[in-house]
Amino acid sequence: MATAAFDPPTKPLVAIRHAQVRFGHVVALDDVDLTIRPGEIVTLIGPNGAGKSTLVRVVLGILRPRRGRVERRPGLSIAYVPQRLAIDASLPLNVDRFLDLPHRHSRGEKRAVLADVGLADVEDQALATLSGGQFQRVLLARALLAEPDLLVLDEPAQNIDYRGQIELYRLVAELRKTRGCAVLLVSHDLHLVMRATDRVVCLDRRVCCAGAPETVGTDPVYAELFGATAATTLAPYRHRHGDGDGRVVPFEARRGGA
Amino acid sequence: MIPEFLLRAWLAGLTLAAVAGPLGCFVVWRRMAYFGNTLAHSALLGVTLGLLIGVDLVLAVAAVAVVVAVLVVALQQQRRLATDTILGILAHASLAIGLVVLGLAGSVRVDLLGYLFGDILAVSWGDIVAMGVGGAAILAFLAAAWRWLLFATLHEEMARAEGARVLALRLALMILIALVIAAAMKIVGILLITAMLIIPPAAARPLARTPEQMAVLAALAGMVAITGGLALSWHLDTPGGPSIVVAAMALFVATQSTAAVRAVLSER
Repeated sequence: MATAAFDPPTKPLVAIRHAQVRFGHVVALDDVDLTIRPGEIVTLIGPNGAGKSTLVRVVLGILRPRRGRVERRPGLSIAYVPQRLAIDASLPLNVDRFLDLPHRHSRGEKRAVLADVGLADVEDQALATLSGGQFQRVLLARALLAEPDLLVLDEPAQNIDYRGQIELYRLVAELRKTRGCAVLLVSHDLHLVMRATDRVVCLDRRVCCAGAPETVGTDPVYAELFGATAATTLAPYRHRHGDGDGRVVPFEARRGGA
Repeated sequence: MIPEFLLRAWLAGLTLAAVAGPLGCFVVWRRMAYFGNTLAHSALLGVTLGLLIGVDLVLAVAAVAVVVAVLVVALQQQRRLATDTILGILAHASLAIGLVVLGLAGSVRVDLLGYLFGDILAVSWGDIVAMGVGGAAILAFLAAAWRWLLFATLHEEMARAEGARVLALRLALMILIALVIAAAMKIVGILLITAMLIIPPAAARPLARTPEQMAVLAALAGMVAITGGLALSWHLDTPGGPSIVVAAMALFVATQSTAAVRAVLSER
């Protein structure tokens, strides 16, 4: 193949080139490029209405862009943790049965994956009775059971508290290390995400900027997009962890320094 | 000794309940009750067309219901109208067309009341065999596709992302509901068909901890309702279909109030 020579050593799991998505006359995504390689954590950020969820749907294969190309590695397995999962009160569903969707797993496998996400003895609990943080972990556990090459998390921290978010991101970082799966994480909170992430893609219908976390954190385009409040909201956290130069450092390094 | 016609009615009812229970769970979980009603409304058009063309009425009703089900899905894909609007249009349009066609075909005499309220005591052995075979096929499909159906019920996009053919599953469910409604016409009648899809699962809900338990309990609840309703009808000489629905309702009230009492007690 002619293109093989230009491929990087690891063939991307998903490569989107010049994607354009329109809903009627509204352009939701325009000329968007996104590459996800095996084992990397890509964080997708952007304001409301920036097309983050639309791009996720393109990655998942639910939505076909009107223009551009989407290439998926053959046999790619994707697991998806949606932004919201409302369970109808008429549906009795405990954790054990939920983990069997869509494929059945042994009791032992389920216990192991629950332990991996830091949960124990919740198998017989109804999903409706779990706390926000527990529910998020159960969603993650179900996704992991499929042993995906790519884990897609759509704003996973949205409905849990601040400490829960930190815990969740640490967990995702650890799971990437132990399981080696790539992660596509959607967030509008750049600060919490950056620590574990390899590459941030900032979206506002187009890709505003992309690169390693350090680059995006100081990019004026980002500051302009989110306004000065973002800086103040983030500042106390930075201060607490003592990296006063405003540079974003990897999570492990930050913990060591705190 | 119970008379043979009553035995036939009972067996037909049990077969219906065994299928309507698990299928009805999806109707309840996916909030498709109004969809069931729409198909029931279209049944009259099916009856009329069946009589005019001279084909088996159950087949005619099933065919019209399947066409309506496909129309619902097609209109939903347009995303211009809310589902309840689409269902309302199709329900009333098909009912009106059925009545107009009935009026045009003046020569055909129809026992409307029999179709509206069912005539369970007129069920033949042939009907029972057909229901048994069809019911077994439907249950086999539900069992095979169970986890994917549940998954798609929980979150369509999550299911699609992980390989579920969501549209095909939705269409399959709708067609199965159409078939069950056609088969149930004789037993509880067009006006009360949806009751057999909704009330047994609703009665089973407080007792179930898993979807599978709810499906089995819904089938059992339906069977109890059939048995109780037929007993009621036999002893008090009340119409069969409505008696069955009344029995199902009584069961629903019983499980709901038990659950309510238990909740109050456990809070103390």
